[in-house]
Amino acid sequence: MSAETRYRGPAILAHWLMAALILALLPLGFYMQGLPLSPAKLQLYAWHKWVGMTVLLLAVLRLAWRLTHRPPPPLPGPAWQLQIAALTHALLYLLLFAVPLAGWLMSSAKGFPVVWFGLLPLPDLVGRDEALGRLFQIAHQGLAWGMAILVLLHLAAALKHHWVDRDGTLARMLPGPRP
Amino acid sequence: MIRPQPYAPALVFLAGLALLAPTAQAVEYSQVQPAASKLEFTFKQMGVPVPGHFKRFDARLRFDPARPEQASASFSVDLASIDAGSPEANAEVAGKQWFDLPQFGSARFVSSQVRPLGGQRYEVRGTLNLKGQTREVVATFQVKEEAGRAVFTATLPLKRLEFGVGAGPWGDTSIVADQVDVRLQLLATPGK
Repeated sequence: MSAETRYRGPAILAHWLMAALILALLPLGFYMQGLPLSPAKLQLYAWHKWVGMTVLLLAVLRLAWRLTHRPPPPLPGPAWQLQIAALTHALLYLLLFAVPLAGWLMSSAKGFPVVWFGLLPLPDLVGRDEALGRLFQIAHQGLAWGMAILVLLHLAAALKHHWVDRDGTLARMLPGPRP
Repeated sequence: MIRPQPYAPALVFLAGLALLAPTAQAVEYSQVQPAASKLEFTFKQMGVPVPGHFKRFDARLRFDPARPEQASASFSVDLASIDAGSPEANAEVAGKQWFDLPQFGSARFVSSQVRPLGGQRYEVRGTLNLKGQTREVVATFQVKEEAGRAVFTATLPLKRLEFGVGAGPWGDTSIVADQVDVRLQLLATPGK
């Protein structure tokens, strides 16, 4: 496979790193919110916030890379599939920013600022405001559900290309030696 | 934030009298103005500073800047009036592992000694009774006098576990730090 048909190393690295983090964050987020208040809950919330802010940082780096490096053209396929793929990718990019930003806003509004890995205090985006906090909580949850659905769609499409169509779509994002 | 204050009119009256009174050489501040006073604290949760405060407390003091060694102070705090950052946290700290409110509804501090540190700064020692434990604690405070009244700002670093506050699994100080910084701000006018 030639270099022009595969993503470049940094894009591949960012994709799989973010995939792993998001696949951990989504179930953790849905699980932890139902827990009664306990030291374990506070620990899980802190980890969730730290990893979420890491995803936001990676999203910034990845977008910067994407805007300065042309991705390999998609493999030929039915127009409707290409359109849905383009739309899914655009929405995923949007949510890579929107989900962590809504979480950050929620933390600020609820008066529990984010200290990244317990070391770097992040600025509060808004002042403490309970009503606003609930609003951002709903936004964070709703956007996270949207992310979960899109991730499943993205995953299903990748596996369909790999196992049903048996084309090189998934291989575009897999690491491997340069030809 | 409305504190039950049956003697508020009397306080206002006394404050008015104090303002009218000719300035004496020695002024003893003894009338605490609850509406202009506050009791706050900060603790760290997973490295994140979380602020809180108590809505209801009763503070008394006698302080003459000319004779600080003779000063005294006491306060009692209605622990149920806590705002620990969220409704969930407020419900949690009422329980047995934290304040155990049904058993120990209030905390009380009584000063034993006041020592000037230079400038407008002082050190006050006293005993704090919290959750059935009585321990000597040391706070530092600053006094700012202006227009016939004085603002006292005291800081008191406490170790919550010395008082058994946040016991059991909450004793893990990597989650909730042992140290709680208490800040008390009192506005007082001279007594009659």
